[in-house]
Amino acid sequence: MFSDPDFLKLIFGRLTLDAIPYHEPILVVTFLAVVLGGIALIGLITYYRFWGTLWRDWLTSVDHKKIGIMYIILALVMLLRGFSDAIMMRLQQAMAFGGSEGYLPPHHYDQVFTAHGVIMIFFMAMPFVTGLMNFVVPLQIGARDVSFPFLNNFSFWMTTAGAIIIMLSLFVGEFARTGWLAYPPLSGADYSPGVGVDYYIWGLQIAGIGTTLSGINLIATIVKMRAPGMTMMKMPVFTWTSLCTNVLIVATFPVLTATLALLTLDRYAGTNFFTNDLGGNPMMYVNLIWIWGHPEVYILILPAFGIFSEVVATFCGKRLFGYASMVYATVVITILSYIVWLHHFFTMGSGASVNAFFGITTMIISIPTGAKMFNWLFTMYRGRIRFEVPMLWTIGFMVTFVLGGMTGVLLAVPPADFVLHNSLFLIAHFHNVIIGGVVFGLMAGVVYWFPKAFGFRLDPFWGKMSFWFWLTGFYFAFMPLYVLGLMGVTRRVSQFEDSSLQIWFVIAAFGAFLIALGILSMLIQLVVSFVRREELRDITGDPWDGRTLEWSTASPPPDYNFAFTPLVHDQDSWWDMKKRGHSRPLAGFKPIHMPKNTGTGVILGAISVVFAFAMVWYIWWLAILSFVAMVVIAIGHTFNYDRDFHIPANVVADTEGKRTEVLAVEVQA
Amino acid sequence: MPELLKFSRRLAVLPLFLVMAGCDMVVMSPSGDIAAQQRDLIVISTVLMLLIIVPVVFLTLFFAWRYRRSNTNAAYDPDWHHSTALEVVIWSAPLAIIIALGAITWISTHKLDPYRPLDRLDAEKAIPADAKPLTVEVVALDWKWLFFYPDLGVATVNELAAPVEVPIHFKITASSVMNSFYIPALAGQIYAMPGMETKLHAVINKAGEYEGFSANYSGDGFSHMRFKFHGLDRQGFDDWAARVKAQGTALNRDAYLKLEKPSEKEPVRYYSAVEDGLYRAILNLCVTPGKMCMEDMMHIDMMGGAGKESAENREKLEYDNRHSLAEGAPAATHPATGTPARSQQEPQGTGAEKPMQHDMPMGGHEGHSMPGMNHESDPAPPQLNH
Repeated sequence: MFSDPDFLKLIFGRLTLDAIPYHEPILVVTFLAVVLGGIALIGLITYYRFWGTLWRDWLTSVDHKKIGIMYIILALVMLLRGFSDAIMMRLQQAMAFGGSEGYLPPHHYDQVFTAHGVIMIFFMAMPFVTGLMNFVVPLQIGARDVSFPFLNNFSFWMTTAGAIIIMLSLFVGEFARTGWLAYPPLSGADYSPGVGVDYYIWGLQIAGIGTTLSGINLIATIVKMRAPGMTMMKMPVFTWTSLCTNVLIVATFPVLTATLALLTLDRYAGTNFFTNDLGGNPMMYVNLIWIWGHPEVYILILPAFGIFSEVVATFCGKRLFGYASMVYATVVITILSYIVWLHHFFTMGSGASVNAFFGITTMIISIPTGAKMFNWLFTMYRGRIRFEVPMLWTIGFMVTFVLGGMTGVLLAVPPADFVLHNSLFLIAHFHNVIIGGVVFGLMAGVVYWFPKAFGFRLDPFWGKMSFWFWLTGFYFAFMPLYVLGLMGVTRRVSQFEDSSLQIWFVIAAFGAFLIALGILSMLIQLVVSFVRREELRDITGDPWDGRTLEWSTASPPPDYNFAFTPLVHDQDSWWDMKKRGHSRPLAGFKPIHMPKNTGTGVILGAISVVFAFAMVWYIWWLAILSFVAMVVIAIGHTFNYDRDFHIPANVVADTEGKRTEVLAVEVQA
Repeated sequence: MPELLKFSRRLAVLPLFLVMAGCDMVVMSPSGDIAAQQRDLIVISTVLMLLIIVPVVFLTLFFAWRYRRSNTNAAYDPDWHHSTALEVVIWSAPLAIIIALGAITWISTHKLDPYRPLDRLDAEKAIPADAKPLTVEVVALDWKWLFFYPDLGVATVNELAAPVEVPIHFKITASSVMNSFYIPALAGQIYAMPGMETKLHAVINKAGEYEGFSANYSGDGFSHMRFKFHGLDRQGFDDWAARVKAQGTALNRDAYLKLEKPSEKEPVRYYSAVEDGLYRAILNLCVTPGKMCMEDMMHIDMMGGAGKESAENREKLEYDNRHSLAEGAPAATHPATGTPARSQQEPQGTGAEKPMQHDMPMGGHEGHSMPGMNHESDPAPPQLNH
């Protein structure tokens, strides 16, 4: 019975033992490292009896602060994976010259660059941004949580499920070999019949559900849950950029979902949306995916702009210059980002007028972006600049990002794009804006808000090490790529004939090594800061002399964030409160209504991993079973009426009383 | 304009070259007039943008230094956050640059539209009245390039030649997936897409040997999807054409179907004769006998469709051979299971057998050959495995 191939096929679909890449030494070593790391982690959790806490206080938590932190942990783990891919590519390209094939055969190299792009955008940058928004936005607007706390937990687990599916492809089967946007016909069933593209599709679809729902959640939160007095034009800039980002998410992720669903139908059901034959049209996919794809880069950069705005104002000790024009610039960018998508494929032959239209709309985006740059600049003017680590990232960003912006506008000129498209110049450009903009912003954000989340600062020495390694590493890694692009070298090539190019790739590999040191410094920083946490402790809750509401509460904030909902009179409300001699209310506490934790999100996330795995490997019975299970559990959860509780007034009074004592000691000291 | 051009070229390119001395930046020093104009555009745009980038970078560093906390001499104005005059400047300065750049973009995009026939050979030379452009039909295959010269009746693989100072008119398509046809020294790239034709007009002004390649990732063999482009003088080109005629074999549908099979690092091949209508058949995805050409289907559709009977055409329109795989469904993972993707099939068992079982009511597929018919005269040399 077990030797009957049809029976095995019924049970296991197309999954066979051969799908385990035991003949790939790189993957075997990686697998062993993951297993050992996993055992060590499980051992540690068991040793410290952390399982109960982990489940009760973290995995099932609906607290926006904990979910935000978990998002960022996910992002950091995926950063390590995505960066390993980057190092592998840099090594391969530095080695594979003059007949040498390097150490990665094309079928492996092609998976590596696809995985690098997918992971860095969807599973590093997106969770990082979402995590920061989740943590900061409710605190900044004086709210106790997001609008839909359970939905928040569910979104996080769907994102994590997507990441797990992508990671699974490393050890079971293969990943897509199509480039990160999986253009058909190459990604169609005919040219990519393996499981790689299916892993890609299901990973993104499931994570996409999480992203879309979290977008809806944060829009509702920002629109409906602001503290009294906080009109739209008194919102902190980070909240503004978060609002715009989430509007973009809600407007564009459904496009991605629909596009991938059509590709899924092509691959699974034999439809012909994007095939060559039977009236299919791959150009349609390219348009659709970029209608999502271009707003996506603004989804990432806008929150980073928000972070820089907060950091600049705080560390210059000065109110942000041109708040209104900052807000309007953000909104203009949001709208314009929808009408520029075609600049990703001028070379498809759309005709001069169409190309010129999209080229010019792209350039117009640089006007509000330029205005923002000047706003930060004039915030520094007549400030008192403290060069703490977040401010260093900000200045590094301002100098680096304008260069990326310049090459971006250059690429928006269609005839110039014809010679630079798909070249390493393009690669250098978008890493210039994504590393110089998004990553620097996220790093600044982490250092800036870390004391709020954990009650102690990050060690500044290792923070500075990390900054300088990243900054110099970035220039070493990507300036050579600009040069190579002008030498006519195209992207996604794994072997080269012209050995005069090699030196530039070697310099770029050195840059990647410096960035590796930057990441290592960041990890050391986390460890060192944890060890030295008593020295770095912040009791005030306001370590940077902050300006916005999150600094008015304790660090880490109590579960309920604010014992009393703050009243807002000005843009920098906490600064305003401090200036007017605000004093903490010490009595009159009331019970606080809170949402209860639930395991439904974790369970649904886990089942969706099973579902995706079954779909990828054609294990139909399991796919049906897990899908039905998901629907039943989701419906069942709606009958869970035990979903909230009150923190009694005396507990609130206790918590706040302890803080009063701590603050009093601080004042005496 | 030419003065500005020359000035800005000196301004921006010279220091750049000093820094990058010794590296051959083909995009910045091309040999074709179209690429040269595209290079000029890069230079002009860069200079325009530097007008604003340089002050911003300078001011960032200057303010950062000047208003550091330890410098208590510097003014500190914590509540200064608005200045209408300054706001006007910071919005209008980028606006002015973009208006200038936008105008340049609109004009240059139309002037350098790859579909637009050339109006000059270079900045000084107009096109002679009697000049006859050279037409080249380009097909991106997995993973090599096929070039047809309809005027000469020849074709080549992985080698392209053109006479200098003669306008070249490229028609570009692909056989399976998207590629991008790019010769940096000659002109900007344009996508090569299956079932579609893109166009490119260009001219090479200096004799020499240049690199050409695919600039859009297309699968395993993509890295080696390169060819040499020879810019030759009139005599040299005629000699080259004669050589192709003398050394080449014949390219018919059968030979094409063998050539089309995925392969890497293909050697240069010459074809002295080309079957009539082969490029058109490739473009319409109907080289395989029994397939209906896309243009025929489009014609039927344009005439209002063929009603229920058109269901019979379905199989003839399935160009991608998903349905002829033994499993009938996508194969399992490669390379783990050893079951290859379509694009890695060995060049044997062409898809020719199966569709032949169906009759062809539409007709119009003249000259296709039965499988094996031309086996004797197979022009494709054994594949070189190096």
